[in-house]
Amino acid sequence: MASVPDTPEPSMATATGHVEGDEVRRRDFIFVATGAFVGVGAVAAVWPFVDQMNPSADVLALASVAVDLAPIAEGQGIKVSWRGKPVFIRHLTAAEIAEAEAVDASTLRDPQSFKERTIEGHRQYLIQVGVCTHLGCIPSGTAAGEVKGDFGGYFCPCHGSHYDNAGRIRKGPAPTNLVVPDLEFLSDTSVRIG
Amino acid sequence: MSFAWSKPYEPTSALGQWMDSRLPLPRLVYGAVGGGYEVPKNINYFYNFGVLAGLALVIQIVTGIVLAMHYAADTTVAFASTEHIMRNVNYGWLMRYMHANGASFFFIVVYVHIWRGLYYGSYKAPRELVWMLGIVIFLLMMATAFMGYVLPWGQMSFWGATVITNLFSAIPLVGDALVTFLIGGFAVDNATLNRFFSLHFLLPFVIAGTVVLKIWALHLPGSNNPTGVEVKGPQDTIPFHPYFTSKDLFGIGVYLIAFSIFMFFLPNFLGHPDNYIEANALATPEHIVPEWYFWPFYAILRAFTFDFILPAKLWGVLAMFASILLLFFLPWLDASPVKSLRYRPMLRKWTYAWLVSFLVLSWCGGALAEQPYIIISQICTIWYFAHFLIIIPLVSRLETPLPLPASISEAVLKGKATTGAPAGIEDTGRGAAPTGPVAQPAE
Repeated sequence: MASVPDTPEPSMATATGHVEGDEVRRRDFIFVATGAFVGVGAVAAVWPFVDQMNPSADVLALASVAVDLAPIAEGQGIKVSWRGKPVFIRHLTAAEIAEAEAVDASTLRDPQSFKERTIEGHRQYLIQVGVCTHLGCIPSGTAAGEVKGDFGGYFCPCHGSHYDNAGRIRKGPAPTNLVVPDLEFLSDTSVRIG
Repeated sequence: MSFAWSKPYEPTSALGQWMDSRLPLPRLVYGAVGGGYEVPKNINYFYNFGVLAGLALVIQIVTGIVLAMHYAADTTVAFASTEHIMRNVNYGWLMRYMHANGASFFFIVVYVHIWRGLYYGSYKAPRELVWMLGIVIFLLMMATAFMGYVLPWGQMSFWGATVITNLFSAIPLVGDALVTFLIGGFAVDNATLNRFFSLHFLLPFVIAGTVVLKIWALHLPGSNNPTGVEVKGPQDTIPFHPYFTSKDLFGIGVYLIAFSIFMFFLPNFLGHPDNYIEANALATPEHIVPEWYFWPFYAILRAFTFDFILPAKLWGVLAMFASILLLFFLPWLDASPVKSLRYRPMLRKWTYAWLVSFLVLSWCGGALAEQPYIIISQICTIWYFAHFLIIIPLVSRLETPLPLPASISEAVLKGKATTGAPAGIEDTGRGAAPTGPVAQPAE
């Protein structure tokens, strides 16, 4: 930034801050500084109007749920609501576990072994978000009598995605397996989702 | 737009020319608020308040749309959803305080704007429609603000809605049926809340449309100015941009500082604590008052305590509406050809006296409905109407105005030994045109 000459001269130069032959004038500095300040202020002022669209505190407060697994009999599945979405919880039978473990994961579209989708010590509980990874419909197959698809697991009626009994995509347009949410077993029969 | 010497819009870029022959929006903006709109060079800071009112309207619409995303207009949850906005929604407290205080600041700005119009005679020919559209906006603002105040569904919301809608019950014969129709029931309830929410959302856009008409009407004759003398030539005006865009930006900065002080440090100063109690249809608060910006008119309503041919209740309602509606006739009640009160010493004194009576009325409107406030309200109500219906018509015919300056340019330079040129520039004195580049400050 240029400075005004020490010796004030009664001329156009001192009156306007313009110094002849100088490239950066005092006015330029003031102009850019003002613009930058206004710009930062404007961004700061706009942010609350954007952020108010994000999940509010009451929504975030419901971001995890605890589920009692004791009432779920072997071979039975339930749906619970978590963050406004269904979560499928299935108490697998020994036969279903054996069938899921027998699949060669490397041949799958989204290679994942049964062990990667369940938690050590609680392998009998398969817990996954019941939302098709294609376009968000809810696959059938949890409750008794629902269509289970070609691989004995889950079937999405919207666009025909077939999942196996470990929730892995086997056929149809869905790109990935059903999502396993963050889980923490509080006891043998109690789990916190999220 | 309006003067022969206004700079024409000349797009320099190829894109600008392409656009100009297809959709001349840049031309419109240039002519309305750009270098193509010539403004009297002597307008003072009172003339910032039109732009400030526009800014206040934009702030209300933007924050209002945000609030509508989180608010629920149902009596079972309306109060809770307001608290939800305050506590849960990200920056919801900011949005609501900005909206609530923004309404108050909108009225402050508009009251100053109206005072400016009264003082400098901006309501007179050829700007009668500008003034009248302004009164229409003022009425729309009052309706919008009233309905908005009902939405949080607090005690003041509910009882304010009850009192104001019952004003219409004063109308002979059809009054009670009309109130039932307006509130959609026999008492203010869910139907009332829902229709008020709908109309509260709609009316700001009606205001915005009226603002466009008002600016259109204003830009034909151009702005009035403190002398009230019409523009006579190029020496009387300077372009809106950059001169008044920069002056308005400064005014906006000052306005936003004042606004922020209230919004962040005194957010409930202009509100009423009773509105943080949920609406209860079975108990009226002890002291029920409208928002401060309605106080003068509320005082007029309450000033009529005796029957005189018509019931007191009807007189109060008629007087309250008449106090605003008579402003529509002001351009014709004032017969003087001189606009600015600067040159009308007699009416200036009377107008200041009216201002005092108006301020006293607003003080009474916020006070309890008991003596001595009632008698003071009555005196000031008489004063209010006498000013517009007797004093202005009489004084405008009787007073001898001071001599007017021949032009804005002369008024600006009159009595000054210098042109106010910056130090170091040769002062050419009064009336002298700049002679060359040396005398023309470049920035």
